Amino acid sequence: MTVLAQVSLELTAGETVVLQGPNGSGKTTLLRVVGGLTQPLDGEVRFAGAPIRHDLAAYSRQLLWYGHKAGLKDELTAIENLTLHAQLRHADAADPDEALRQFGIADCRDRVVGALSAGQKRRVALARLVLGQVPLWLLDEPFTNLDQAAAQTLHELIAAHNAAGGTCLLAAHALRLEAYPAYRPFSLEAAA
Amino acid sequence: MRTDPAAAGLTQSMLAIVRRELLLSLRRIGDLTTPLVFFAIICTLFPLALGPSRELLALIGPGIVWVAALLAQLLTASSIFRQDFEDGSLELYILAGHPLAALVVAKVLAYWLITGLPLTLVSPLLAVGYQLSGEAVWVLMVSLALGTLVLSLLGALGAALTLASRQGNALLSLLVVPLSLPVLIVGARAVALAATGGVAAAALKLLAAGALLGIVLAPLAIAPALRIAVD
Repeated sequence: MTVLAQVSLELTAGETVVLQGPNGSGKTTLLRVVGGLTQPLDGEVRFAGAPIRHDLAAYSRQLLWYGHKAGLKDELTAIENLTLHAQLRHADAADPDEALRQFGIADCRDRVVGALSAGQKRRVALARLVLGQVPLWLLDEPFTNLDQAAAQTLHELIAAHNAAGGTCLLAAHALRLEAYPAYRPFSLEAAA
Repeated sequence: MRTDPAAAGLTQSMLAIVRRELLLSLRRIGDLTTPLVFFAIICTLFPLALGPSRELLALIGPGIVWVAALLAQLLTASSIFRQDFEDGSLELYILAGHPLAALVVAKVLAYWLITGLPLTLVSPLLAVGYQLSGEAVWVLMVSLALGTLVLSLLGALGAALTLASRQGNALLSLLVVPLSLPVLIVGARAVALAATGGVAAAALKLLAAGALLGIVLAPLAIAPALRIAVD
């Protein structure tokens, strides 16, 4: 089944592009193609001029993936989950405690993720954003389940990421873009 | 000596995965005990059902313990990647920036530590019921340690190939059992030889070769299967 066709999107350093479109229009699929998780039937994704499929591992080190599934283990505590992500990706300099504090969930540090609310879980997962510096963020519906304060934190993080030259591609079907003039919208039509 | 930072990062990531899997198995203690209890039950039921004939038990003991080990491994094989697939961890492994096959090695070794190793360690207790000699018990332990590693690798391959399928479990058995037969035959044969005073070294070496070959080759097949499953 073809979900996306004739899509051309160019991201420049320091900008945030918001994918918009109704359910089923291919926002997640496009993110997965850009992230290298789904192979396109036709066409290619280039990063800094080079097709990503030439060296997927090196490309993966340049991006941060925040998917629809959080990648957290219910049986482990927030700090245990984040520490593993830090060890898996950014060998040094990462501070999981600071990351949790930034998202206002330092008090959930030693609670198992399975006992947290949906919003708290999303915050733990989002805390991965500040574990290390990578140029490209791919975020699939990052505002889901977040309260206003957490959403605000996320907007500030994205702004800081952009200011540092980082690029962000995110899918958010319910984001009111008029409130965020810095974000560039990119509309996907419903699949025919 | 200079070490490659990417390689150092890989070792750290692999250790992190092993640590996480062990921690998880302690938190979900059923993962650890279910195959072990299953293995112990099969092994103790046969001597009870067949009666205390010393010759008969010594004759069939190696085969029964090995079949029980194979079934116990098969019981949990489908769960190797299931949770990582469902909670999104698998996508993060794929995007970790390391060769996926190397992370798969860590996953499978952790799985073996949780299933194969405990099974190996309790096997001498169960061998008592079959009147196995001391020599045969040692051979049983070595053969199970090596054999369960091969079975773990085969199970992981089956699990990866059937991950995206709804009928994964039945399919997995159909895939893995035929591939496991050589391991079963060689492993049980090694113990039977030792029990009858023969030399089991050749059979054990064959198992060791299989384990080495498997740990190098199986992840190269498992990694692409996992990529296809999440695609």
